[in-house]
Amino acid sequence: MMLIPCPFCGKRNESEFIFGGPVVAARPDPNAVSDAEWVEYLTIAPNPLGPVQEKWWHARGCGEWLTIWRDTRTHDIVEAPNGSE
Amino acid sequence: MFVLLRWITQTLCERKSVCVRVNLFIDEFCSLINIVTTMQKYSLFSLARNALSGHRNWPLAWRSPPLKDQYEVVVIGAGGHGLATAYCLAKEFGITDVAVLDRGWLGGGNIARNTVTIRSNYMRDESIPFYVKSVSMYEGLTKELNFNMMHSKRTMVDVVQTWPKLRELRRRQLVMDIYGSTYEQITTDELRRRIPALTGGGPDARLPIICGMVHTDAGVNRHDAVAWGYARAADAMGVEIHQQTAVQSLIRGADGAIEGVETNQGTVRAKKVVVAVSGHTTTLTETAGLKLPLRTMNLTAFVSEPVQPLVDVIVNCPDSGFYFSQSDKGEMVIGGAPDMGQSFRRDIKQNVFEDTVTSMLSLFPSFKKLKLMRQWGGHLDIAHDASPIMDQTEVPGLFVTAGWWGGYKAIPAGGLTLAHLVAKDEPHPLMSSFTLDRFRHLDFVMEAGTTTAR
Amino acid sequence: MAQSNRRASGGRIDRNRPVRFQFNGKSYEGYEGDTLASALLANGVRVTARSFKYHRPRGIVGHGPEEPATLVELDGEDASGNRPATTVPLRDGLSARSVNCWPSPDFDVSGINQLFARFIPAGFYYKTFKWPNWHLFEPTIRKAAGLAAAPAQPPSSGHFEARHAHADVLIAGAGPAGLQAALEAGRAGKRVFIADEGTEAGGSLLNRNLTINGQPAMDWVADAVQELRGMGNVTHLQNATVWAYREHNLLIVNEREPEQGSVLERSWRVRAGEVVIATGATERAMVFADNDRPGVMLASSVQAYVNRWGVAPGQRVVLFTNNNSVYAVAADLVAAGVTVEAILDSRDTVPQEALDTAQGITVHTGTVAAGVKGHKRLRAVHAVSAKSGADTWIDCDLLGHSGGWNPTVHLWSQSRSPLRFDEDLSAFVPDAAAQACRAIGAAAGDLTLDRIVQGGLDLPYAIEPLWRVDVPGQRGKAFLDLQNDVSVSDVQLALREGYDNVEHVKRYTTGGMGIDQGKTGNINIIGTVAMQKGVPLQDVGTTTFRSPYTPVSFGAIGGLREESVLFPYRHTPVTQWNKDNGAVMYEAGARWRRPGYFPKPGEGLQEAVNRECLAVREGVGVYDGSPLGTFELKGRDVPRFLDFLYSNVMSSLKPGDGRYGLMLSDDGLILDDGVAFRLDEHRWMVSTSTGHADAVNQHMEKLLQTEFPDWQVMITTVTSQWNNATICGPRARDVMQALGTDIDLSPEAFPFMSFRDGTVAGIPARVVRVSFTGELSFEVNVAPRHMAELWAKVMEAGAPFGILPVGSESSHVLRVEKGFLSLGHEVDGTVDAYDLSMGWVMSKKKPDYLGKRSVALRREGGSTRRELVGILPGDPNRQVPEGAPLTLGGRKEATEGLVTACVWSVVNERWVGLALLENGHARHGETAHVRLKDGVIPITIAKPVFHDPDGKLLRS
Repeated sequence: MMLIPCPFCGKRNESEFIFGGPVVAARPDPNAVSDAEWVEYLTIAPNPLGPVQEKWWHARGCGEWLTIWRDTRTHDIVEAPNGSE
Repeated sequence: MFVLLRWITQTLCERKSVCVRVNLFIDEFCSLINIVTTMQKYSLFSLARNALSGHRNWPLAWRSPPLKDQYEVVVIGAGGHGLATAYCLAKEFGITDVAVLDRGWLGGGNIARNTVTIRSNYMRDESIPFYVKSVSMYEGLTKELNFNMMHSKRTMVDVVQTWPKLRELRRRQLVMDIYGSTYEQITTDELRRRIPALTGGGPDARLPIICGMVHTDAGVNRHDAVAWGYARAADAMGVEIHQQTAVQSLIRGADGAIEGVETNQGTVRAKKVVVAVSGHTTTLTETAGLKLPLRTMNLTAFVSEPVQPLVDVIVNCPDSGFYFSQSDKGEMVIGGAPDMGQSFRRDIKQNVFEDTVTSMLSLFPSFKKLKLMRQWGGHLDIAHDASPIMDQTEVPGLFVTAGWWGGYKAIPAGGLTLAHLVAKDEPHPLMSSFTLDRFRHLDFVMEAGTTTAR
Repeated sequence: MAQSNRRASGGRIDRNRPVRFQFNGKSYEGYEGDTLASALLANGVRVTARSFKYHRPRGIVGHGPEEPATLVELDGEDASGNRPATTVPLRDGLSARSVNCWPSPDFDVSGINQLFARFIPAGFYYKTFKWPNWHLFEPTIRKAAGLAAAPAQPPSSGHFEARHAHADVLIAGAGPAGLQAALEAGRAGKRVFIADEGTEAGGSLLNRNLTINGQPAMDWVADAVQELRGMGNVTHLQNATVWAYREHNLLIVNEREPEQGSVLERSWRVRAGEVVIATGATERAMVFADNDRPGVMLASSVQAYVNRWGVAPGQRVVLFTNNNSVYAVAADLVAAGVTVEAILDSRDTVPQEALDTAQGITVHTGTVAAGVKGHKRLRAVHAVSAKSGADTWIDCDLLGHSGGWNPTVHLWSQSRSPLRFDEDLSAFVPDAAAQACRAIGAAAGDLTLDRIVQGGLDLPYAIEPLWRVDVPGQRGKAFLDLQNDVSVSDVQLALREGYDNVEHVKRYTTGGMGIDQGKTGNINIIGTVAMQKGVPLQDVGTTTFRSPYTPVSFGAIGGLREESVLFPYRHTPVTQWNKDNGAVMYEAGARWRRPGYFPKPGEGLQEAVNRECLAVREGVGVYDGSPLGTFELKGRDVPRFLDFLYSNVMSSLKPGDGRYGLMLSDDGLILDDGVAFRLDEHRWMVSTSTGHADAVNQHMEKLLQTEFPDWQVMITTVTSQWNNATICGPRARDVMQALGTDIDLSPEAFPFMSFRDGTVAGIPARVVRVSFTGELSFEVNVAPRHMAELWAKVMEAGAPFGILPVGSESSHVLRVEKGFLSLGHEVDGTVDAYDLSMGWVMSKKKPDYLGKRSVALRREGGSTRRELVGILPGDPNRQVPEGAPLTLGGRKEATEGLVTACVWSVVNERWVGLALLENGHARHGETAHVRLKDGVIPITIAKPVFHDPDGKLLRS
């Protein structure tokens, strides 16, 4: 169980959070991209062996959605959201 | 003649316990005579013969030949799916110039970490026949590979605690019946009779038990034996298994097609490369510039101390979120929900683990005094629609089998269908719904039966 | 004679408090402070166990959690299985049995297995028991395995609990290194949490006779413990094992029998700034023929029994070593009056300080113990000179051996920090830390006291590795793993067959897979593999160290969280009324427990449901709609937010009006359905299905916070701030009037899909005209504190109209009759709005909203669609099971759809249903077939609405 840095509440147990998936590319204008580009946007997420940027929701806390960089090999949080430290 | 002899013995000895032993000897004798491969036949006789020579003459289960610089097919990953694919390429399609490469030890990936539940209680037309095939292949695998898989067709029993779950399971039941997979509802009394340790879930419990569902096709076996049996049989047909041979990248030719792989032991060329490396699929395919709809997740399991036989079926509690079976050594082998987030760490999430244990104790209160002996994690990749992917990718000659969570039960049929795809360049009918093509128009396969605890 | 091996004095036992106990049915006596093992040794009990596979007689080998041989099962109040006898504190009335043997370890029927040993080498079962199938042999094999019986009952009294703790420093182990670290951190004012698995602090010092600054080392320990006790910033636990080291420095501690009333065990979840691993070292066994015979013990354990428990496990002792540590053992034995016949030292030269320690004892250098005589009782040791081959038999009744020491690196390794093989120590030691942790003391490879505590006196370690004794011609099995009966020949066989990775060896032989996780033997397996393959140990590597360090009861892990703590349930203020009125309550999604139906005495489900449905269709009914997810959205950007969120247009709503809508995910799957009301210009109320409320909340917050942070929308969950009684049926307006309200209820003033604020029965209320039943409905929303009162008044006011409470079963029937969507039933996989004949909800006008592009893309793909239809079973009295497949002609082949719902329609007086069917919209009037296991049910395909198709009633 990780300690996730919340910008409002400080470091809190992972069990207070809900995982919100990796950060993907910005949503393209659906009327301006090809089918293949749209499908890629929807289905392809970064899956690195290393730091991944991802969203967590402090659902059982303050309700903040936050973004961290976390190393998928070690679970070290390599970059915390602004104001959390 | 031997068949006749066996039949006579069987007929004569019916319902007599001694017949088991007699038949065993006859069978082993028959097997001894009928050696067809280069493998040394494993049997009671060979065991006895070797015992007399101090077990000094057992041959290698598999060779360690030098790595060549070219093969017809390279399979990356000496796990269940990789080894089964190599075996089927040789056995079913006569392709024996195959190298299976693994960065670690053979059978060291998820096949070393799973909870050995073999079943076919899925919900979709796309899935059920594949798993029915896989279960039946598993049942014959000991004989086929001449390696005791310790297959124990011991039945899985679902403990149903909510009405929506029951509705879903009844739906599965009726579709499964079309494909010859069995699923029967039993009463709570019958459920408790079959699983005496199930003393929780009474009328006043948080989630009272409604009924049970029985899947008699389900079984467990010995996971290491599956890896070793496939490795040994594939090796005997000429397939080469190279351990400690890490593939670093995939090589594409000028035409974009696959040309081989770069390894820590040098370059290996092949016109067909199979990626069977659960969890690390994208790590490899990214080196060929390929993007796949896969993410790597962690799933954990744990075992109790060994105790005397207590539960002789696989117990699955989907509403509570755990399942277990008792191994032949006596350990309760227990699994629960997957962790959140992407991970290559093979970690234990204490909170997820505690939830699993707690829900187990709610139904099996006597387990409070049972002790945890070992726990571990494994990583697997999960596709965008949570169903497996088996296909030739947009890189010609590059094949992937991925997105299997709970893929252990899929190994025999997965190997067969992938070998078919590699050999014939077209999907096997049993896996035709699981190609990458489905994502082109977002035609997801939404399966409910993917992991045991769901 | 009672306690024949007990020394006249000495030991940390209370000789004034004798303790009676039973072992395998015989009565013995020991003392307070004994373990079961020390008491058995004191009583001269030699054979205490039988081995797992060969059923060889075994005695006690170790003195702590490393014990590989003697596992016992405790009876009665303490009942638990597979406990190393060395870790069971003795108490009055204790009753223990050996596992794995029958009738007793002294005479064990399965001992016959020893004769067949050669036929059952490692992995034999992979080669046989294949025909006719394993399942046939399984029951017998399972019975043979399994050690102790499974617990039959939960503890009869007491409970488990869990606690959180935060520490600047967590110290695992209260031996000299751990105590020293605790003192330093404690004095520096840090929050210290120190936990030790033993019942007493001191670690190895408990077992040894050492001095610190000239004083007995245990005095130093007592002073340290005393000082720590006085520090408010220090938590010091004994009998508490740090068993797991998780990510982000979370460690789990299992505290047994904390001195607190009814708590059996306590689980501590400790989050530590820094972790100090001071777990000491474990002695490893020497590997030689018959090294498992009763009377062959770890040298340090012999020392521990003599010093700590005042027990001499033998009278004539031979010691066998490759390092200096046994010379101190010899000295302690001599001091205790035990005869040390000889020390066999595999090293050619022994450091002088070691020899000085053991003055007067014969030391055979360059000599090994090749084997032993004695089956159930050790009689002699076969000493063989490694150089000359000269051999001699030395009579003795105890052999203490030391193959060196392994830093106890389990926790270190669990932290994912790597190990390296240290050639000087011949052991794996901690390398660079992967988390904020450090190893100290013996765990870090500082194996002697002088390196740990200033002023500590100790012999230097000085080891020359000997991974196994290999004397030609010596017969007998040399065990590497006593618990799983794995011998050198098993490892050799594994290697011979190509199972040459250390993980293969472990799995093929099962070495190290026992309850002790190979604490004494794993390193020898690695050494044997290295020798056999001719590679350094570093290259062989270790197998993975997995949690737990020692077994932990599931009760302690679970704490007090079973049942409704883990799955809390939600209920409304009407729950008590429901129970009082005979409702059958059950789980209804999102942890709500709701009434399913309200049977009258003697009434079954169907009769009750028919009665409730008829009331709604012909009179009036009321249900508690409180669990529906409700959100209030405020801000000037709510309209465009809702237009993005829902597939239809919401922004055009006028204050007071509402609209039904669908929420899609961006890949075009239906996320939820519900209604949105505009309360005023910038305030909206959104309601969702009960089961999806949390998911929708997450979805909305994620969009707002991560995609549109500059949009002014504030979301407040008000599910529990509003409760409602929904009055429905043709007489609903009459009931409303009877209740008394200041709201004009006429359809003109208060039309369908609008709301009005006012009072109902004198209670402030928001009344909403939505309908999930197809009838005229008033959803009366009030604050929860008024809900019970409202409900009572509704029942009272409705009584003249025959009002009935309606459960979720009837709600299901009523919505099916109307063809209203239920996500859990009709939305299956990739079903879209068009499949549900709800194309109107997919806005053409809006250029973009969630899911629009994906739904279009999916439909362009041209895959066959399964579309929602109504079904009428050919036999009107034939119910079709929900979930039943539809196949062509009812044949046993791939399905073309499924029945999503089938209910007895009170208005049609027949079974009607809904189904998803391939190209169903074009097949109205045709016949399709339900395939069941025992037959085929023809059904007529119809429009999915069986009551009031024009929706006049709900608008009335």
